[in-house]
Amino acid sequence: MQFFNEIIGIISKYWQMLLKGLGYTMLIALVGTLVGLVIGLLTGVLRTIPKSKNTFLRILQKIMNFIIAVYVEIFRGTPMMVQAMVIFWGYALLAGGNTLPVIGAGLFIVSINTGAYMAEIVRGGIMSIDKGQFEGAHAIGMNHFQTMFYVVLPQAIRNILPSVANEFIINIKDTSVLNVIGVAELYYNAYMIQTMNYKIFQTYVIVSVMYFAMTFTVSRLLRLLEKAMNGKNSYVVLGSQSDPAAEIRVKEAE
Amino acid sequence: MADTVFEIRNLVKNFGSNEVLKGISATVKKGEVISVIGASGSGKSTFLRCLNLLEQPTSGSIEFEGNDILGKGFNVEAYRAKVGMVFQSFNLFNNMNVLKNCVLGQMKVLKRSKKEAEEVAMKYLSVVGMSAYVNARPAQLSGGQKQRVAIARALSMNPEVLLFDEPTSALDPEMVGEVLSVMRDLSKTGLTMITVTHEMQFAREVSSRVLFMDGGVIAEDALPEVIFTSPKEARTREFLTRVLEKRA
Repeated sequence: MQFFNEIIGIISKYWQMLLKGLGYTMLIALVGTLVGLVIGLLTGVLRTIPKSKNTFLRILQKIMNFIIAVYVEIFRGTPMMVQAMVIFWGYALLAGGNTLPVIGAGLFIVSINTGAYMAEIVRGGIMSIDKGQFEGAHAIGMNHFQTMFYVVLPQAIRNILPSVANEFIINIKDTSVLNVIGVAELYYNAYMIQTMNYKIFQTYVIVSVMYFAMTFTVSRLLRLLEKAMNGKNSYVVLGSQSDPAAEIRVKEAE
Repeated sequence: MADTVFEIRNLVKNFGSNEVLKGISATVKKGEVISVIGASGSGKSTFLRCLNLLEQPTSGSIEFEGNDILGKGFNVEAYRAKVGMVFQSFNLFNNMNVLKNCVLGQMKVLKRSKKEAEEVAMKYLSVVGMSAYVNARPAQLSGGQKQRVAIARALSMNPEVLLFDEPTSALDPEMVGEVLSVMRDLSKTGLTMITVTHEMQFAREVSSRVLFMDGGVIAEDALPEVIFTSPKEARTREFLTRVLEKRA
């Protein structure tokens, strides 16, 4: 019983700090995932541009693909915690001691880190789309960007949604590493609380429940989004041979 | 010369060291309905895909209405809008309903207004008998219905030429008829059509000219009655005997 009383005690005393931490964690994870996805989509479109016939453009394309590859490998290949330190203190060194605002730095770091993973996820998503979809679009005169934007990416995004959900959930948990640069997210605040009350176990039990609440909610919400993107499984046939005004509802067998 | 649509000279296409087209020359005139027949692997589809540049020819030249389509700075997108293509695997956009499939290209490539594009789309969906299904998604249609929508999508661009790449090969036998009858009707409208097909009866009855391809070249280029009754080439005869016997 004492345990529960302690839990309730911590919550009633520090609820504002805990909620604030949760808010920042959610904000950074959400923005990081969305910006990361945009980076991923952008690199996906750029990397699939067909080889140009023009020599100059072809060289430019090669350089661009090289830069994207370097970006992906470096940000996938080093820990986000280390990236946070390098970027935060690297900036401070260059700016003569001025530091970045910590929340801004946190948003930036999670975004570009996620972008590197998303680049690969989107690439996989684009590869999963049948070649015929590209050809169908090209055959009516659509260019690469139109084909990507209207035909390929909408389908690719639907296919990669489970992986995007993965990234989102990983981000909710991994923003905790930003405590090294002093971002007041949930883990950082929990650490602060724990140094004040010395109730380490109780504090982290509360925090783990809060993390789980966030990840579980996100996971369910994205499942709903997936369902919505599948579209309706019924359609209306307008008119029939005998009665042009008829509307026939057809439902797909599942 | 004004009525020449395609002037193809010595077209060669290699895939790596594999020479698929070994020098194809042909002229296509406006309003012609051409069937391309031949065994699998003879290069029929590759030939057709070279015509709208889904495959880049290795060498040779293709002129469309007097313009070199392989030249530098040639506007491929504008050209493809004029030369429609219908695929064996339909290639309808899976993320859109039937109407949007027929509207997208018109709005994005031809810059038609939504209203105009929808009117044109409805017109051609009626032509192929699919106007009742505007709300359906490709996954909800049968193969024959999909192919008819694909034909409507191509027609909605008001192309000058329509290329058909084995349009009935992926269909159940009972659905072949509905697609062929749409194509038969189209052939009477004056539209220039080039069809790669295994439907010998269709080639014989509908086309104004038949190209028989064998081993990457056009082995015989003649009127359908000549090809099907008294072909000059021994290999044409062999192919037809083989194919027609299988049917019988």
